[in-house]
Amino acid sequence: MYEGVVQNLIDELGRLPGVGPKSAQRIAFHLLAADPADVERLTKALREVKDKVRFCRTCGNVAEEDECRICRDPRRDPAVICVVEESKDVVAIEKTREFRGRYHVLGGAISPIEGVGPEDLRIRELMQRLADGTVTELILATDPNLEGEATATYLARLVKPMHLKVTRLASGLPVGGDLEYADEVTLGRAFEGRRLLDV
Amino acid sequence: MHVAHLSLQDFRSYATAEIALAPGVTVFVGPNGQGKTNLVEAIGYVAAHASHRVATDAPLIRQGAPRAIVRAGVVREDRRALIELEINPGKSNRARLNRSPVPRPREILGMLRTVLFAPEDLALVKGDPGERRRFLDELLTARAPRFAGVRADYDRVLKQRNALLKSAAAHRRAPGPEVLATLDVWDSHLARTGAELLAARLGLVADLGPLVAKAYSALAPSSGAASLGYRSSLGERLPAGPERAGRDELAPLMEEALREARKQELERGVSLVGPHRDELVLQLGEMPARGYASHGESWSFALALRLAAFELLRADGDDPVLILDDVFAELDTGRRRRLAELVAPAEQVLITAAVPEDVPAELSGASFTVEDGEVKRER
Repeated sequence: MYEGVVQNLIDELGRLPGVGPKSAQRIAFHLLAADPADVERLTKALREVKDKVRFCRTCGNVAEEDECRICRDPRRDPAVICVVEESKDVVAIEKTREFRGRYHVLGGAISPIEGVGPEDLRIRELMQRLADGTVTELILATDPNLEGEATATYLARLVKPMHLKVTRLASGLPVGGDLEYADEVTLGRAFEGRRLLDV
Repeated sequence: MHVAHLSLQDFRSYATAEIALAPGVTVFVGPNGQGKTNLVEAIGYVAAHASHRVATDAPLIRQGAPRAIVRAGVVREDRRALIELEINPGKSNRARLNRSPVPRPREILGMLRTVLFAPEDLALVKGDPGERRRFLDELLTARAPRFAGVRADYDRVLKQRNALLKSAAAHRRAPGPEVLATLDVWDSHLARTGAELLAARLGLVADLGPLVAKAYSALAPSSGAASLGYRSSLGERLPAGPERAGRDELAPLMEEALREARKQELERGVSLVGPHRDELVLQLGEMPARGYASHGESWSFALALRLAAFELLRADGDDPVLILDDVFAELDTGRRRRLAELVAPAEQVLITAAVPEDVPAELSGASFTVEDGEVKRER
């Protein structure tokens, strides 16, 4: 244990995801030794993120204004919505530069064990967006685990009466990998999701 | 296949142990509580990634040690492989194959296959249905390691679904449309993975039945005929010739059964339909073995189940390693001799016994004494 304030800092840092007690101690001593201006910049960034960042009122993504950058962008196709669990999934998909539609961030996945039901996710907001008929395709990009699959199935059933095109991201083999290294579940999924080779 | 070498580090009572083994019969002799069973338990762990004695891994670690390491040199069709498992209680285990790390320990399941007979096997006949379900599921996994994943998925779906039912039951009012719609989703996932497990179990029971009957009549020739049945929570819905039904045929039937049971499930807050409620029925003549079989008959039935498992795995390819942990002491002379005759042809048989007289003469081979955590070769 260290003197009061130093230990406080270590404790606080230790609460961050992915930071164990050893790393927390390392970061704390790095900050102690760092230039005051550097620490000032960090505290400012931390304060600003809490003061300024809000959640987009349309899609639920992190935003600095009422609406996020993507929802404000008129070049993005309003007819296609990609549903993801977290804002960080938006970033992941944006990096591909493949998707030109808009997003909807649910804020998690259905998991009764953790007490998360559909009413705790931004599903009502999604239904409002679908109500006016602009959207023609819904891409379900929740995580490929049990909870993500359950959430995707739930949504697919919910929007079925609306006659949208509903798609689920493919799961299967990693690009550039070797077939022999794939585990049986992935390989099995890839078999189920195989597609016609059009030549 | 056979185990050519076993090396332990901080496993149970052993700080370290190095034992060279050979094909054929090997007997470990020593008074109780000296560490014989720990040796074969370690080999069983390498094969099944679980102990036959305890449900959690913590007791496997020597007191005061952070982790245990088990290494087994396995020879299979003249090819040698070194399997290494690091057992970390409370965390996931780490596995290495021929000194290279394996991303998931599950991937080396099936590298070593064992069939283990132990005094605990009596629970297969006399114990809860859960014991018999586990017997089937472990055998499924030994035949096709993929089922480790199916079982894990099913358990997870079941947990989620039970959590939902429990919270709905706790509210004591009619569940809202959102709860019901979520339940529909879990139903379809439960039916999908449940049907896969059910289809595999039905096929397994059909394969196993004749082998159990044969093994039982060899062990206890004067007793009635042994047979297997499978009682599914789908009941009458199971199609005729259920062992030929596939997942896609069974899943809609399971969904139907779930719909019918829903009211009851919501009242009680537990899942009432699915392979977790099923029962492997052991029959002796016209009677169920559980509750009707004598102690001797129960033992014969338990041994017959293991012997049938051995025959089945053997028919798939390589001979599994047979392990008889303290089994002979439980049997009368006639059963001892007949069991010895049945297991003698296996490529490798590992036996533990408190006194050498317990082991029938048919099973002679290498012998080790185990005393005070020391393993010494006698002959």
